[in-house]
Amino acid sequence: MNVAKMEQKARLRKTALKTLTYVLLTFWALMVLFPFYWMLLSSVKSYSSYNSEYIPKLFTLSPTLQNYVDVFTTVPLTNYLLNTLIFTVVTTAIMLVVTVLAAFAFARLDFRGKNLAFTLFLSLMMIPGELVVITNYVTITNLDLRNSFLGLILPSVTSVFYIYLLKENFAQIPDELYYAAKVDGCSDLGYLLKVLLPICRPTIITITILKVIECWNSYVWPRLITDDPAYYLVSNGIQEIRENGMGRENIPAMMAAVVVISIPLILLFLLFHKKIMEGVSRGGTKG
Amino acid sequence: MDKKDWKGWLYLLPAILFLGAFMVYPLIDVFVYSVEEGYNSASQTFFGIGLYNYSYVLRDPYFLQALKNTFILVLITVPLSTALALLISVGLSSIEKLRDLYQTIYFLPYVTNTLAVGLVFMILFKKTAYTDGLVNLILSFFGMTPIDFIDGPYWAKMFVLCFYTIWVVLPFKILILTSALASVNPDYYRAAKVDGTSKLRTFFSITIPMISPTLFYLIITGFIGAFKVYSDAVALFGTDLNAAEMNTIVGYIYDMLYGNSGGYPSFASAAAILLFAVVLTITCINLLISKKHVHY
Repeated sequence: MNVAKMEQKARLRKTALKTLTYVLLTFWALMVLFPFYWMLLSSVKSYSSYNSEYIPKLFTLSPTLQNYVDVFTTVPLTNYLLNTLIFTVVTTAIMLVVTVLAAFAFARLDFRGKNLAFTLFLSLMMIPGELVVITNYVTITNLDLRNSFLGLILPSVTSVFYIYLLKENFAQIPDELYYAAKVDGCSDLGYLLKVLLPICRPTIITITILKVIECWNSYVWPRLITDDPAYYLVSNGIQEIRENGMGRENIPAMMAAVVVISIPLILLFLLFHKKIMEGVSRGGTKG
Repeated sequence: MDKKDWKGWLYLLPAILFLGAFMVYPLIDVFVYSVEEGYNSASQTFFGIGLYNYSYVLRDPYFLQALKNTFILVLITVPLSTALALLISVGLSSIEKLRDLYQTIYFLPYVTNTLAVGLVFMILFKKTAYTDGLVNLILSFFGMTPIDFIDGPYWAKMFVLCFYTIWVVLPFKILILTSALASVNPDYYRAAKVDGTSKLRTFFSITIPMISPTLFYLIITGFIGAFKVYSDAVALFGTDLNAAEMNTIVGYIYDMLYGNSGGYPSFASAAAILLFAVVLTITCINLLISKKHVHY
């Protein structure tokens, strides 16, 4: 075999490998996207046409928005969305205040017992939620806070991991800035609000988005603590719709509801996908 | 204590209050609950102290079913999802065109609501009076008889649960592995190329050892996550998982606490501690193995 032939063979193998890679990657991309396409497609099929398709069609020529009208009129979807919005905003806001203050104390202030406290905080990161949810359930029930926003929000606020993430970021800011602010007569709180927070905005945004995703998708705690549909969040709402809502067989309407509750997060993702992916790779978990 | 000390603790106070009330106290309390026999949640009384709750849970057929399901799920999804994520990440790092697009698409399941998308999987796999469902149609194209994956035989249901679990956990793994692959020093690859090392050999002798810390991190967190699968199962089979024979350990804990079979925080606590013990043991074994094989 001469050199030219060998080179040609190597090139051919390279192209074949590249093609195979693209085929594989595209296959998985379709696997990821297909369920989203299918929910969108089913949601615009009419009830009768959906049920008359023994072999489901991969497209529809007569899309209808009737299902979307139905989910907003026959089931309290607006209510579920509103509840989730309130829950998400309030929980995230309280989380931010608590986290910023604690991270600031660990990163900047000097006080007795700081290292011990920080170690204890870190060790709390290893506690699985399943262990504490039982007592929290009993506590909230005894406080008579079932079916209330307070009961939903209070145990969902704390995230030791975010305190850790923000503390690391705060600690990176040079000491000189702190002393300069002090010389200018700035108080600790003033330094935190006027200097530190603006500099660390990217991290603040990251933890905010991660918390919003967590809140929007939370299912277990809301399910335990609410049995009055007036306080359902979207995850429980969709389960309720599935089991008692528009009739088990009305799948197009169910899919419309699924689309509606998925859209806010998908929009958030499309807007911030770089930030979200960066934040998660810095230490998000799930799965 | 002087003023400075007070100030530090004052800033920490909100965090301490929240963590104390909803993490530290519950953590202690769950052990107390688990040994209180015959606890009555209405009157808050109990007969005595002992290990009866544990022995009850361990003999409960529903718990054993949940334990079996969880172990099967863990043993199938953890290796498969890690291997698949590795394959996809290696593919991703070998291309330049469209890489960002693929990466963004792959991450999408991470941000979506597990319960909502699970419903889509349910209708794709479900066989009803109206239709066999899309998956069955594809299967029948290959000459297989349609199966009801949602209400049908045990292994069909387990297949869907594993499939959906993998679909849900892959985004995180792909993301972490792609950034690990990108951080491998390219000099190693150049050296291997100069030596004429084959691609496969480069992969196993350079890439795998270089990313082994990340790989083990993913395997450890993968085990922990898979042991806690719950909402995926609810999304596919509904809230009555015992009836569907598809309950998981975490599902068992919540069923003991709440719902039609609920009202037994003691049994739930015992089951939660058993789960914690299992996860802790597996994590320790993983760490021991990783000490032997991981190159830092």
